[in-house]
Amino acid sequence: MALTEQEILAGLGKIINEITGIPAAEVSPEKSFVDDLDIDSLSMVEIAVAAQDEFGVEIPDDQLKHLKTVKDVINFIQA
Amino acid sequence: MRLSQGAPGARVLAFGGYQPAEVVTNHDLAARIDTNDEWIQSRVGIKERRVAGPQESEIDLAVQAGGKALAASGLSADDIDLVIVATCTLEAQIPNAAGRVAHRLGIEAPGAFDVNAACAGFCYGLSAASDAIRAGSATNVLVVGSEKLSQWVDWDDRATAVIFADGAGAAVVGPSEVPRVGPVAWGSAGDKAEAITIKDRRSFLQQEGQTVFRWATTALHPVALLACERAGVDPAELGAFVPHQANLRIVEAIARKLGADQAVIARDIVLSGNTSAASIPLALSRMIERGEVASGDLALLLGFGAGLTYASQVIEIP
Repeated sequence: MALTEQEILAGLGKIINEITGIPAAEVSPEKSFVDDLDIDSLSMVEIAVAAQDEFGVEIPDDQLKHLKTVKDVINFIQA
Repeated sequence: MRLSQGAPGARVLAFGGYQPAEVVTNHDLAARIDTNDEWIQSRVGIKERRVAGPQESEIDLAVQAGGKALAASGLSADDIDLVIVATCTLEAQIPNAAGRVAHRLGIEAPGAFDVNAACAGFCYGLSAASDAIRAGSATNVLVVGSEKLSQWVDWDDRATAVIFADGAGAAVVGPSEVPRVGPVAWGSAGDKAEAITIKDRRSFLQQEGQTVFRWATTALHPVALLACERAGVDPAELGAFVPHQANLRIVEAIARKLGADQAVIARDIVLSGNTSAASIPLALSRMIERGEVASGDLALLLGFGAGLTYASQVIEIP
């Protein structure tokens, strides 16, 4: 059963909060990881690893650089 | 044919560390390349590092650290019959480092070989030393990790220039009635060999930062826990965790997953940078000097780096 965008967003918000301390409420689909949330490349790796554990979808490093916004990650997980 | 008789176990008798005098701060680097103190500290946790000038080679660094360890061990040069130098940054491949280091220290005609397991090199060398003592092929062994990374780093490349540094650390290893160097847990991931490379003799060190970070923060804590299990040591008993000083975020990420609640975590990278094979004995020698660990404490070592290679063992602090 595919997860809804809202379910993935909630899960990502929790993961990002645990790794970076950014409040989950600030993690909305249109936010850019680098420009809006100030998340660096190593934290992105930690988020990808945690997302894999949470959603069972591997996000390889060569894909990671193309995922600029929260929505990009949601789409990747849903695809 | 007969076999030689070795000792029941091995122990580290003493550590020694040496760093070149020149300090390069993050501000110094920011004056040269597009970076800044905040960026460097948040990414890798380094405030400053030491760099050897043209007058000081990786052999010189090794001799200094080895001499300190030897003096602290109470042994003389005559007592050492095997010298192992872990390094991956020799300026030239022939002759090896170990023979030259031994000669400079007045150690006559020992077995002498280098180990290239990059940043895991010291743990590989320590394992080889312990095994040689137990097998009877050596009595006392000098193991040195020495690196002059500055000669293989592009100082205009901000991805690597902020990380790597020069230094050396050494241990004298001798026989013991009871085991004080635990069994090694080691391995490699050659499928990821491209993650850290120097392509040829005219190239600089390059690293795929995200690949290495992901590997280090997900694949290595099981290796460290296996080393504990093989030594029969509960992580809760550890007095210190001394991983390769690759990046403070990697150090802390691995440490969180070990359950080593009583252990002092080595954070020598803050003032020393990443010195590859030198980082573990360098950090340990400092921790002993500062009294952060006491004789008899159990310390978990974990080396990992280019290759990719990794090795881990528990030792008792001398």
